[in-house]
Amino acid sequence: MSTILNVTDLTKKFGSLSAVNALSFSINKGNVYGILGPNGSGKSTTLGMILNVVNPTSGEFSWFRGTQNTHQALKRVGAIIERPNFYPYMTALQNLRLVCRIKEVPQSKIEEKLELVDLLDRKNDKFKTYSLGMKQRLAIASALLNDPEILILDEPTNGLDPQGIAQVRTIIKKIAAQGTTILLASHLLDEVEKVCSHVLVLQKGTRIYFGKVTELTNDHGYFELNSTDVTTLQQVLEKHNDIDKIEVLNNYIIAYPNKSVSAKKLSKTLSEQGVVITHFAQKKKSLEEQFLSLTKSQQL
Amino acid sequence: MKRLFLIEFDKLRTNRSSRILIGAYFILLTSIALIAAIKFDIGPIKFHLAEQGIFNFPYVWHFNAFIGALFKIFLAVVIVSMTANEYSNKTIKQNLIDGLSKREFLHSKWVMIVTFSGISTLFIFLVSLILGLLYSNYNEIGIIFKDLEYLLAYFLKLVAFFAFCLFLGTAIKRSAFALGFLGVWQMFEGICYGFFKWKSPTWVDAEQVFRLFPLNAMSNLVPEPFTRLSAVRNLADQVGEVMQSNTVVRFWDIVIVLVWSYIFYLLTYRLLMRRDL
Repeated sequence: MSTILNVTDLTKKFGSLSAVNALSFSINKGNVYGILGPNGSGKSTTLGMILNVVNPTSGEFSWFRGTQNTHQALKRVGAIIERPNFYPYMTALQNLRLVCRIKEVPQSKIEEKLELVDLLDRKNDKFKTYSLGMKQRLAIASALLNDPEILILDEPTNGLDPQGIAQVRTIIKKIAAQGTTILLASHLLDEVEKVCSHVLVLQKGTRIYFGKVTELTNDHGYFELNSTDVTTLQQVLEKHNDIDKIEVLNNYIIAYPNKSVSAKKLSKTLSEQGVVITHFAQKKKSLEEQFLSLTKSQQL
Repeated sequence: MKRLFLIEFDKLRTNRSSRILIGAYFILLTSIALIAAIKFDIGPIKFHLAEQGIFNFPYVWHFNAFIGALFKIFLAVVIVSMTANEYSNKTIKQNLIDGLSKREFLHSKWVMIVTFSGISTLFIFLVSLILGLLYSNYNEIGIIFKDLEYLLAYFLKLVAFFAFCLFLGTAIKRSAFALGFLGVWQMFEGICYGFFKWKSPTWVDAEQVFRLFPLNAMSNLVPEPFTRLSAVRNLADQVGEVMQSNTVVRFWDIVIVLVWSYIFYLLTYRLLMRRDL
């Protein structure tokens, strides 16, 4: 698999504060990456450094295995950071033409990309007349002009109304489906959960997890059970070797296994013990719960 | 180079205020020709400015280079505000993310500076040539193209001044404050000069120190042309005054201004490289 970006020990200090602390990760072609972290955890600073607008204090990064210097490499990247930055007095078309000049790509794709983000009928209106949602969509069109090998998005749905959020999400999904590598920074966890295959979790500038979303925590999920005879069910589960602990929540018994236990095996055991099951569900923690437990455990 | 020019040209072309200011500037440069129309005809006193020798070759180069430079503030406003806007609209950040290097960003601004200065010089050349051909008493080729160093000096003066403006726009990031600072700096130079004259030890020549100051060096580059006019000299003779001011383009003033231009370039570059966006 070819590497798109390699980051080694990247550090940024603002005075005595470390915004990003010895961060290392790499991005491979074809995956969709999420950067997670609360506000101020260093997401935007990290993106700023790899995008050539923030000078790293120390550490290194290289695009496309170091074959090109950063600003040349950025011509193969599409990026939208924080809020859309365009010339307010130019029309959408003029702004995109300028981007084409900078990226050294032909202007023939402008119409196609405006069509994709549904702005074609407003192409001759000045940028300053656009709503925030339209500005964000224009930013996406602009980032796609060079058919980038990787698309970087920093909080793309920040400040948008629900309709705008849905529109931006649909566009991102469309792009991801085409096989474009995506790096998405967000503190909206369901956003990341819906589109990302890999995740980088940051806290106070330090990496606390990097890998597949599915392997985020060493998590075996949990079982949600109910029975006509709750007491026996509890006793059986407590004696079960594979069950770590049980708790009662909203009239259900929640059982946490200490290793991967198949639902089949557990239900078989239960019926052998004569427990009549009225409710049985195997569940995984949501990304949000996993993220919260991960950041909590790091704080302790 | 062409790419950088087109990038900057697009930014200027689409901005209405820039278009108006640039247009006004070139109209004003052309309006030097209107001086030719200044005519008093009050009974026995007949005065026609164009016939007082101001459009004689080669004096016309000097006169127009001096007058033309007075209008440079219009372009200075354009340069400062275009640069400051890049910061307030955060478009500099977007430019860099899109793949423009900081050096290319600076060079695109410098291409604009040199282009503005070059076109202005060409303009002054053409206006002067036409006025000269119309009104000059001397029309021999050798005399027409004499003293063209005033145009070179004019060109370098504009480049240095705009480089200073670009630096201020980048450093201060607010166009009004940057232009205000330019005015403050002008006063600062004046105060320094006064202070040096008054307090400096005898072995320091205040005039020579003052020559090194950037704005003063730029203004020395194209010295005032009026004391060269025979009418003015006659007047001075009559009141018994001997005029000793410099009126030629001096080599060391060129060097000083070139050095300042380079310093402004380097300072702007350093600022761009160091600053996080």
